[in-house]
Amino acid sequence: MNYDVGLIFQIAGVGIVVAMIHTVLKQMGKEEIANWVTLIAFVVVLYMVATVIDDLFQKIRSVFLFQS
Amino acid sequence: MEIIQIVGLGMITTFLALVVKEHKPVFAFLLTVFTGIIIFLFLIDKIAIMIQMIEELAANANINLVYVQTIFKIIGIAYIAEFGAQIARDAGQGAIATKIELAGKVLIMIMAIPIISVIIETILTLIPAAMGDLS
Repeated sequence: MNYDVGLIFQIAGVGIVVAMIHTVLKQMGKEEIANWVTLIAFVVVLYMVATVIDDLFQKIRSVFLFQS
Repeated sequence: MEIIQIVGLGMITTFLALVVKEHKPVFAFLLTVFTGIIIFLFLIDKIAIMIQMIEELAANANINLVYVQTIFKIIGIAYIAEFGAQIARDAGQGAIATKIELAGKVLIMIMAIPIISVIIETILTLIPAAMGDLS
């Protein structure tokens, strides 16, 4: 397992923290900022996942002889 | 004992996704996708070893390598189409998943065309009467 399994905990941690921040900001009546925080956190996590997806596709391409 | 690692990874992700899903289902989904990719990346090294072995066997048996490579491409299409379809279905997009599977089937059929035509030609040369009928 040479891939970073810690990233799983990172993603879950980001999800929990964002949920907390969302709740707090909602209580303060700043719903717009809460939505922005959620969106930005989503983009950050999506970037992480997209990097690994790219890695996977490159590897499948090299293993299954998809040279084109 | 790599299976223990995989099972542990899957269970940890399941629990974490359960916790996160209550508040933010999007992050739970990304977590699931990430774990699926990690497991797939882990398995692909093993698949590569097996494919290398099959390639060597085919080379020893004097089989045309183009056919073996076509088979590998078909296997790759099947794996990746299944992967994408599962993820789409997990996110609740059953229609997209079905379309991905359809695309996989069509592409596999396209790739198999050279093999099928070679088989039909071989069979036709085996049956002289059929050749006579066709020509």
